[in-house]
Amino acid sequence: MKRIISILLENESGALSRVVGLFAQRGYNIDTLTVAPTDDDTLSRLTMTTQGDDKMAEQMVKQLHKLIDTIKVVDLTVGSHIERELMLVKIKATDNDLRAELKSCVEIFRGHIVDVTPTTYTVQLAGDSEKLDAFIQAVKDIGSMEVVRSGISGISRGEKFLRI
Amino acid sequence: MSEMLSGGEIVIRSLKDAGVKNVWGYPGGAALHIYDALFRQEDVHHLLVRHEQAAVHAADGFSRATGEVGTVLVTSGPGATNAITGIATAYMDSIPMVVISGQVAMSKIGQDAFQETDMVGVSRPIVKHSFLVTRAEDIAETIAKAYYIASTGRPGPVVVDIPKDVTDPDYKIPYEWPKNIKMRSYQPTNKGHRGQVKRAVKTLLEAKRPIIYTGGGIILDNAAEHLTKLAQKLNYPVTNTLMGLGGYPATDRQFLGMLGMHGTYEANTAMHHSDVIFAVGARFDDRVTNDLDKFCPHATIIHVDVDPTSVSKNINADIPVVGTCSAVLKEMLTLIEQLDTKPDSSAIEEWWAQIEQWRADKGIYTASRYEPSGGDIIKPQDAIKALYKVTGGDAFVTSDVGQHQMFAAQYYLFDKPRRWINSGGLGTMGFGLPAAMGVQMAFPDTAVACVTGEGSIQMCIQELSTCSQYNLPVKIINLNNSALGMVRQWQDMNYSSRYSQSLYEESLPDFVALAEAYGHVGMKVTKFDDLEEKMRQCFDLKDRVVFMDIYVDQSEHVYPMQMPGGSMRDLWLSKTERT
Repeated sequence: MKRIISILLENESGALSRVVGLFAQRGYNIDTLTVAPTDDDTLSRLTMTTQGDDKMAEQMVKQLHKLIDTIKVVDLTVGSHIERELMLVKIKATDNDLRAELKSCVEIFRGHIVDVTPTTYTVQLAGDSEKLDAFIQAVKDIGSMEVVRSGISGISRGEKFLRI
Repeated sequence: MSEMLSGGEIVIRSLKDAGVKNVWGYPGGAALHIYDALFRQEDVHHLLVRHEQAAVHAADGFSRATGEVGTVLVTSGPGATNAITGIATAYMDSIPMVVISGQVAMSKIGQDAFQETDMVGVSRPIVKHSFLVTRAEDIAETIAKAYYIASTGRPGPVVVDIPKDVTDPDYKIPYEWPKNIKMRSYQPTNKGHRGQVKRAVKTLLEAKRPIIYTGGGIILDNAAEHLTKLAQKLNYPVTNTLMGLGGYPATDRQFLGMLGMHGTYEANTAMHHSDVIFAVGARFDDRVTNDLDKFCPHATIIHVDVDPTSVSKNINADIPVVGTCSAVLKEMLTLIEQLDTKPDSSAIEEWWAQIEQWRADKGIYTASRYEPSGGDIIKPQDAIKALYKVTGGDAFVTSDVGQHQMFAAQYYLFDKPRRWINSGGLGTMGFGLPAAMGVQMAFPDTAVACVTGEGSIQMCIQELSTCSQYNLPVKIINLNNSALGMVRQWQDMNYSSRYSQSLYEESLPDFVALAEAYGHVGMKVTKFDDLEEKMRQCFDLKDRVVFMDIYVDQSEHVYPMQMPGGSMRDLWLSKTERT
């Protein structure tokens, strides 16, 4: 099953490569990966999605925790959580009907058009991964496109905080 | 007022303040500022090896024998990459070690400069942690952290990579050694969870067919004494892994010998039939468990380990306890002494009767299970037995990798921890001689034997020269069968005796002449009747390196041996007999 693992780690050079290296070394796949400094810029917050059963996820979390630079590790999938992904899509649309159809699709999916040229639209969309997949499905026949996805960022619901 | 020191001087002063007395290493361009600082002081002693791999193995052997952190100093590029095999060896066996490597100057990093290698990158999967120091101001704190990380929790090697300009002799800054190291991201667990420890004790006391299975964790954490006390209080049988030998006295009645691939019949069979396995500082390695699906079907598993990732990695632990071996064993002992519950003595007696039956029927210590030596035929097992006899069972024994390693593990009975020193996890040929140098340096007056083969010894034989330079009178016990014995054994068993690249034919050097060329004593033994006498002569030469070239039977195999895909008790007992 899909796992969303959240990691709080020291914002130091080499820290990210240890996390990525660990996954390669232990034979786990990384489906998506996002990382950026937090409000405290000595810390980075990393969200990673991967596939694995309970036993594998337990081992992954323990192995990640064993890295000296990691401070906290949580498997978000075991509890109630929110996940979001940002997507930018540039679509070639020259025909007026198609341009109209695309605009209505963007409205339905509650996205925004962030750049316009006579032959293209660039759409920004945020949501869970399934919603982004659905949008791509809906507009894929309009014209050729370029897709950029940020990968999933996740946070737990309720009063649990992942911080130091 | 703090003293003003250069980066190079700070490296050496930090080593001194970390308690380091001996460093093994090899100089080179990027490390020369550090080497110059080393020259201008007398507190930290440096031993020059002949190849960086040997520096790491020597520091490793030193650490295994003493429990202290080993220290290595090498240069950038090839110096660093030559150290890699040694670092991987230490990592697999959780040996505390700090490796300081020179690096090209900061301004040259990434330029493919002369002798540039991304050491932090290359070593990443085989270190507990690593640092690239970018400012002289960070050296002392980084080195302090490196020793702290290497020696706490589950120990391991830490690399500190220092660019040349960071050690610039003309840039002086105030030196201060950090007294306390605190890291918010690294806080290893020491004491076991109270509730889990209680559950472990309860389950252990209720056992009817218990076995205590311990590994290298007992040795690393100096917990042999606690283990022995606990095992003897309960009268439970004990087995050790290859890494754990010496954790429980091998000559004691309760000891069943080593377990696993070349473990004894009684240890492996008792594991298989046990109802409770008390695993301490062991990691259910594939060389122990055999097929995981057939592993010990009736056993409830209590697993004590300082590293949470070792728990339930291969075999699910019913009662996991994360903590250091010594802290958890001590707590369990206290609880057992306080409780009124005692082990079920009639069940335990019955269990012992069964074990004694196994031991008598097929044990390797109750009767000789191999053809006898005689005339020109020396069985490798008998060479180890002679070594054991002559050294009174009290030598430090380092080993290389292969058949000789298994024979030494089986037939040299270690009653004390830290006496058996071998590369168990990585299986590094070439480990034995440099490791023996490290041990001998720590214990100059104690007998140190390196049990090796003509294959392994040639992987680090250049260190015979280092032995001369620092007067390290190690005794090399070379079980020479003119073949890569373990490879040949597998080829006999699995490849219809097609000896692909495992025979040396007539190509081996005259080891006696070779030893003499280095200024040492060489001895050749070809007759069984001479074996013990020559061995005695060898160990009587206390201040000389002696190379004993013992010609042993090439056709001999190591038994018992677990059958692939079987359970723990599925064993070959000889070339023709199986369980």
